[in-house]
Amino acid sequence: MRIDVMKTYKLFINGQFPRSESGRVYELSDSKGKFLANPAHGSRKDLRDCVVAARAAFSGWNSATAYNRGQILYRIAEIMEGRSEQFVAEIVAQEGVTPAIAKKQVAEAIDTWVWYAGWTDKISVLNGSTNPVAGPYYNFTIPEALGVVAIFANGKPSLLNLVNGLAPVIASGNTAILMASEKFPLSAITLAEALATSDLPAGVINIITGKTEELVSWAGSHMDIDAIDASGLTSKQLKQAQELGAENLKRIHSFDGKASPLRITSFMESKTVWHPVGI
Amino acid sequence: MSNFEYAPAPESTAIVDIKSEYGLFINGKFVAPKSGKRFTTINPATEEVLAKVAYADLADVNLAVTAARSAFTKVWSKMPAAERGKYLFRIARILQERAREFAVLESLDNGKPIRESRDTDIPLAAAHFFYHAGWADKLEHAGMGNNPKPYGVAGQIIPWNFPMLMLAWKVAPALATGNTVVLKPAETTPLTALLFAEVCQQAGLPAGVVNIVTGDGVTGSHIVNHPGIDKIAFTGSTGVGKAIAKAVAGTKKSVTLELGGKAANIVYEDAPIDEAVEGIINGIFFNQGHVCCAGSRLLVQENFADELLEKLKRRMSLIRVGNPLDKNTDLGAINSASQLARIREISDSGDLEGAERWSPACNLPQKGFWYPPTIFTGVSQSHRIAREEIFGPVLSVLTFRTPQEAIEKANNTPYGLSAGVWTDKGSKILWTAQRLRAGVIWANTFNKFDPTSPFGGYKESGWGREGGRHGLAGYLKAGK
Repeated sequence: MRIDVMKTYKLFINGQFPRSESGRVYELSDSKGKFLANPAHGSRKDLRDCVVAARAAFSGWNSATAYNRGQILYRIAEIMEGRSEQFVAEIVAQEGVTPAIAKKQVAEAIDTWVWYAGWTDKISVLNGSTNPVAGPYYNFTIPEALGVVAIFANGKPSLLNLVNGLAPVIASGNTAILMASEKFPLSAITLAEALATSDLPAGVINIITGKTEELVSWAGSHMDIDAIDASGLTSKQLKQAQELGAENLKRIHSFDGKASPLRITSFMESKTVWHPVGI
Repeated sequence: MSNFEYAPAPESTAIVDIKSEYGLFINGKFVAPKSGKRFTTINPATEEVLAKVAYADLADVNLAVTAARSAFTKVWSKMPAAERGKYLFRIARILQERAREFAVLESLDNGKPIRESRDTDIPLAAAHFFYHAGWADKLEHAGMGNNPKPYGVAGQIIPWNFPMLMLAWKVAPALATGNTVVLKPAETTPLTALLFAEVCQQAGLPAGVVNIVTGDGVTGSHIVNHPGIDKIAFTGSTGVGKAIAKAVAGTKKSVTLELGGKAANIVYEDAPIDEAVEGIINGIFFNQGHVCCAGSRLLVQENFADELLEKLKRRMSLIRVGNPLDKNTDLGAINSASQLARIREISDSGDLEGAERWSPACNLPQKGFWYPPTIFTGVSQSHRIAREEIFGPVLSVLTFRTPQEAIEKANNTPYGLSAGVWTDKGSKILWTAQRLRAGVIWANTFNKFDPTSPFGGYKESGWGREGGRHGLAGYLKAGK
């Protein structure tokens, strides 16, 4: 009989897989109460490291061509496809659903990457404009990524929620910090392993596991986080994030499970440029 | 060379009939405030009292919200969109007809030069209504889904720097998208909003669709915290904006904010110098610098700075400061004693921190609130005058050597409302515009506005856009 080689579930920061600097882990059980793993119990310092990595990665990712970003999002789908079985097994263990249901979720998650991959070079057409001002000026508006976005994607379906949060945020050129679901963190870390081999530049997506309640207060008050996807938060946690986030006017939005270009544009700014016309 | 002397050319105030006392405009009528309180509004150029204005407290705000809710449910949301649009067209036309009256009143109450209220504020306000009127029956094309819905009652709080124009920026999109309005004009500039109430009456706008409550910050907080308000739109300081964001946390209220700025105006060595000088002047001295998007940080390429500053100072010495109603006045009165105190306080910090102050010789009137056009050179990034919004005719001059350094310095601020760039090289304009983290970039121009052109800030300069298709999003819930 062979003894399984069990995985150590770690954080994903700046393209690397460190343990929490705090040395903390928390015990995770499967849907039947059996020990599953000891994921990292991320600390405030870990979150700060995520923000530093995400901020540093922003300029490069934001200035990459939309074509390039689209190919990398598609590449993530390719890599996930090859790891489908692992994603399915973890969803079954975490969520207690049947393999068939888990398989459907994984397929949908992969297809979501593909859908957003196709948006990277089209969102400007959807949300940009040339504006017929009453004067001799050429005037246009373009959407632009807004910076570093923290994503709370708790709950079920655990993998699909992560992708629904991440894909639209990075499609436009933002960088992201994903706060993995406290109850279902394994999909997030396995997703990190796919991201690490998808040509995604280090720091574009950073993933932290731990206690949502702590993470909300740290992310809400961090002055170098520009926006929060709060879809996974309870109304009480959302209120806390909004109160703390007011200090640097974070853009905070929540969404239902559906993929939509509004999820992309909600985390973009609009820049309007004027120039005189003349000879 | 001698300068031509200007004869006085005052605009007549006969066209405006200012009442001695104003009520609140609630449910289509002017009513006395339940609070029983009134406050005065003065002409900042003379300190003379213009009128007594009603002070709205919570009971008055309650009445206004009730009127707006009732108008929303019973009338405005049921009306065919095309008909709703026709009311906005009517308002636009009446504003055009009564433009001079509005312009004179605006200059009296605000202190801005008649040239600006007449040529910029009021025509643009009318244009905003005309533009949004046409959207009313085309909202399915607004990029918010097939059947977008209004929020309901919008609470709108506007500043004193462009009283009528900010009213138009708020009221026009709110009405076009089918919302009703409770509007609070600024404490020091309520009169054009109250004149606008008359325009609503002339246009036959159904009672309660627009309600105007005058008061101070406390009145504003009653609006922000009112459970009957679905949407808040605020233009003002970043400090108040943050307080509003905090106050509405955990509620269903939608919020848009247009807040402060500390715009960089970047002048490269290859800029067309005369145009750049005009643009710098317009960028900081337009409306006494009471402009959230003012080009208040001049970033000049170092090898070009001496030449540019010499021309700039010469041009500044030609600025005519004085009577706002004189058609030749360039720089009018500071809006209030408290704003003047604030400008003085921050500017004085420039002296204390080691920057060098320069103003042209100019005779300021004895009465009223005045500040001369001022520039500080030798400013470093840590100086308060380089970081804080002064909201007055005070320009901080910094230098840079490389385009990369210009971008670093320009973006080194929590604000992100606007920026300027001056160069004759097209590729450099686009390179710079791409890297500036600001919502509006003026290239080889400055301080231009248009209802078709979205306006609003990155970072701590606010949430959302006003104007253009983008501005509608702040007043619509996405349809399915």
